[in-house]
Amino acid sequence: MSIDKKTVEDVAHLARIELKPKELEKLSGQLEHILAFIDKLSSLNTENIAPTSHILPLSNVLRKDEPRSSLATEKTLKNAPEKQGDFFVVPRVIE
Amino acid sequence: MELYKLTAHELLEKIKKKEITSEQIVSDLTKRIEGIEAKVKAYVRVPSSTLLAPGAQANGIPVSIKDNICTDGYNTECCSKILQGFNPPYNASVINKIIASGNSFLGLKCNMDEFAFGSSTENSCFGPTHNPWDLECVPGGSSGGSAAAVASDEALWALGSDTGGSIRQPASFCGVVGLKPTYGRVSRFGLIAFASSLDQIGPLTKDVEDAALLMKIISGYDPQDSTSINAPVPDYTKALVNDVKGIKIGIPKEYFVQGLDPEVKEIIEEAINKLKALGAQFQEVSLPHSEYAVAVYYIIATAEASSNLARFDGVQYGLRAKTEGLMDMYKKTRAQGFGDEAKRRILLGTFALAHGYYDAYYLRALKVRTLIKQDFDHVFKDFDCIITPTSPTPAFKIGEKVDDPLKMYLSDIYTISVNLAGIPAISVPCGLTKKGLPVGLQILSKHLNEEMLLRLAHTYEQNTEWHKMKPKL
Repeated sequence: MSIDKKTVEDVAHLARIELKPKELEKLSGQLEHILAFIDKLSSLNTENIAPTSHILPLSNVLRKDEPRSSLATEKTLKNAPEKQGDFFVVPRVIE
Repeated sequence: MELYKLTAHELLEKIKKKEITSEQIVSDLTKRIEGIEAKVKAYVRVPSSTLLAPGAQANGIPVSIKDNICTDGYNTECCSKILQGFNPPYNASVINKIIASGNSFLGLKCNMDEFAFGSSTENSCFGPTHNPWDLECVPGGSSGGSAAAVASDEALWALGSDTGGSIRQPASFCGVVGLKPTYGRVSRFGLIAFASSLDQIGPLTKDVEDAALLMKIISGYDPQDSTSINAPVPDYTKALVNDVKGIKIGIPKEYFVQGLDPEVKEIIEEAINKLKALGAQFQEVSLPHSEYAVAVYYIIATAEASSNLARFDGVQYGLRAKTEGLMDMYKKTRAQGFGDEAKRRILLGTFALAHGYYDAYYLRALKVRTLIKQDFDHVFKDFDCIITPTSPTPAFKIGEKVDDPLKMYLSDIYTISVNLAGIPAISVPCGLTKKGLPVGLQILSKHLNEEMLLRLAHTYEQNTEWHKMKPKL
């Protein structure tokens, strides 16, 4: 499988990254080159192999459902690019 | 005094005997950093950052910290424009453990490839770090700042993070010790995530004893990291015995093939002979799926990264582009904030997870990861550890591989499988090339068997002189 410019454009939209035409050109070529290398995986028969998404045999690690202290609002907001009172400010979403 | 030249354990011993104070250590280290930092550029935000963090006056040794490990009140920017000015509201768990052990950390952070994406520290928004052994060469990456700082005596000991070799490869390039712990051994809470199923924090140090000491401090269960292992932490310093008699070591034939620099090969073979002479038993083994590791890694790691880096959207922290609408804000913020390699990896990962490509790429990579893990399980049934070169080449020149991402990815060919299998590995200095560049020996063992790595590495080190070599700066 290879990747064309249109696909890279679609993926960039999914990833919410604006690409300049020159960037799109360069990245498309590089990604195609990388994917051609990755395609060596298709030579392996993986039909009956279970996937490993995680190396430890862990499942549903839960903590006790008890109240505990958390970060103070002031600390949580201290890096906000824009804030008002106890809130993060974002551009208007609803017209 | 030139206390910065000493190892952490030597300094701790002197403090204990009341020969020196930590104030003296800090003052000596400050002078050293002021003297040579302009050449090496191991640290970032110099001189705007405070050199010292709280607790530095404690009776301990300050640890230098990679720029992706959160330090409360001290900027942590992952060497990315998108996190410019980020001042964490809390400490990573490893930082709290360092403070609790009576040691401290530097407010000045170590350079790295942006978000740990790279093998040369050239992808830092602050510019590259220079290898102390040859200032025209890269220090390796992504923990290149931590490795170069330790090698140049600008750090007494340091923390890095390793997702595909990012502790071991720079340790090898800079001639220091670097240990990547078992996945889950060290808490990842407060480590800004790259690939959550692969990332581990670990030590970069001047010798194996320091690595054992720092491992003892940072290891252990953390309720704030659901993937941390709830197992007792051994006293790693007890593993430092000078004896490898009868230890069974496998040499994977797939690692000694085309692409391995002949000089590196020769140096590794000498190291193997040394260990043989000390009583270790060697046998050739096979890790048949090794050739697929890099391909598997660049699907899994980028897929996880694309998901982890979705949080950098201009809302809660870091850069926000000045725009009108919300979608425009996301796209422009990320376009301006991420460097080339970050964009490349986010796009590759998003592609591998996208509808229509998921089965062919992501799912297939997870399956081949199983095969790679099984290769190791198979070998560790009969062997205590595996020995390989850490990197196929010594440090390369700055700029040599920046235009060819794939070539850069292949420099991690010997380190990547370890992260995919979640096992621990260490790199120890084992020689210098004719041009005077360090070479690292990599030792691998099974899950939670860091003690075996330390024992073997310590024995090798005690019977050689490589760890005492210092670059001329």
